[in-house]
Amino acid sequence: MTLSEEQIERYSRHIILQDVGGEGQEKILNSKVLIIGTGGLGAPAALYLAAAGVGNLGIIDSDVVDLSNLQRQVIHFTPDVGKPKVESAKEKIAEINPDVNVTAIHDLFRADNALDIIKDYDFIIDGTDNFPAKFLINDACVMGEKPFSHGGILRFDGQTMTYVPGSASYRCVFNGPPPPNSVPTCSQAGVFGAIAGMLGTIQAAEALKYIIGKGDLLTNRLLIFDALKMNFRTVNVKPNQERLKITKLVDAEQASCELKNG
Amino acid sequence: MKIKLNGEETTLDKDSITISELLALKDVKMPDMVSVEHNGDILDRDKFDTTQVKEADQVEFLYFMGGG
Repeated sequence: MTLSEEQIERYSRHIILQDVGGEGQEKILNSKVLIIGTGGLGAPAALYLAAAGVGNLGIIDSDVVDLSNLQRQVIHFTPDVGKPKVESAKEKIAEINPDVNVTAIHDLFRADNALDIIKDYDFIIDGTDNFPAKFLINDACVMGEKPFSHGGILRFDGQTMTYVPGSASYRCVFNGPPPPNSVPTCSQAGVFGAIAGMLGTIQAAEALKYIIGKGDLLTNRLLIFDALKMNFRTVNVKPNQERLKITKLVDAEQASCELKNG
Repeated sequence: MKIKLNGEETTLDKDSITISELLALKDVKMPDMVSVEHNGDILDRDKFDTTQVKEADQVEFLYFMGGG
């Protein structure tokens, strides 16, 4: 594949970076990234990955845009209220960058479709808003040997880690979903809108670094930040072979008040 | 003793303390909300009552964050 003159201009600020270059940009254009959830984390991740020229972006979300989403889910605009989130996101991605081919799936990511959905992608981004989905993504990616970025936010705090086959997984840190209602959700506890952008763009950067094969990923490290104090730190975590043995996928139960996507 | 809790040096007026006691001391009301790493190892929940934290140990309280 050769970059067109328009692509050389569009991606010039990437191409002049020694660690990206024309070669890295071509890898980005040939890559396939799946974003699960087009909410607070998925929205900024999708915007940056589209702008970067990720050739194939998969987006999956069963929800429609709600007025309360617009405080942080920056890919959705006021006229999109009531529209499926994947449709709203697909329209914006097309406007940002016609190089990007979008596969929009208006459905839930479930135990019975997870492995089939992820198999076509190079990297997966967890932008979901509930524990059953986060553990399902972890388990599917460990089983399917797919790298993925975990992300979670609440109030003013965020956490993220990157899994590649062999590294510590989300389950190595958190063994399983907390009991329903023991941990508040964003709709119950609130979330400071800008931190969704802070975390979602870290996830996008991890995806791009994985694709171009440069730098150090957030593997075996959990990045935690508190935006109220604006304090960032990483905690080293180890692979736990017992917790990396995933033999089947399950849709865990969750309380009904947690079902609303955020 | 001095320990490192969540990256910060913390002084406790005891020579050792269990993880459960430390969670209570730090006012973590719902231990279900937190995963605990002790000297680099994530602890199983059933070890919270028996694991002793000693001088110079490192403890991390890692909170579940399910939002997105």
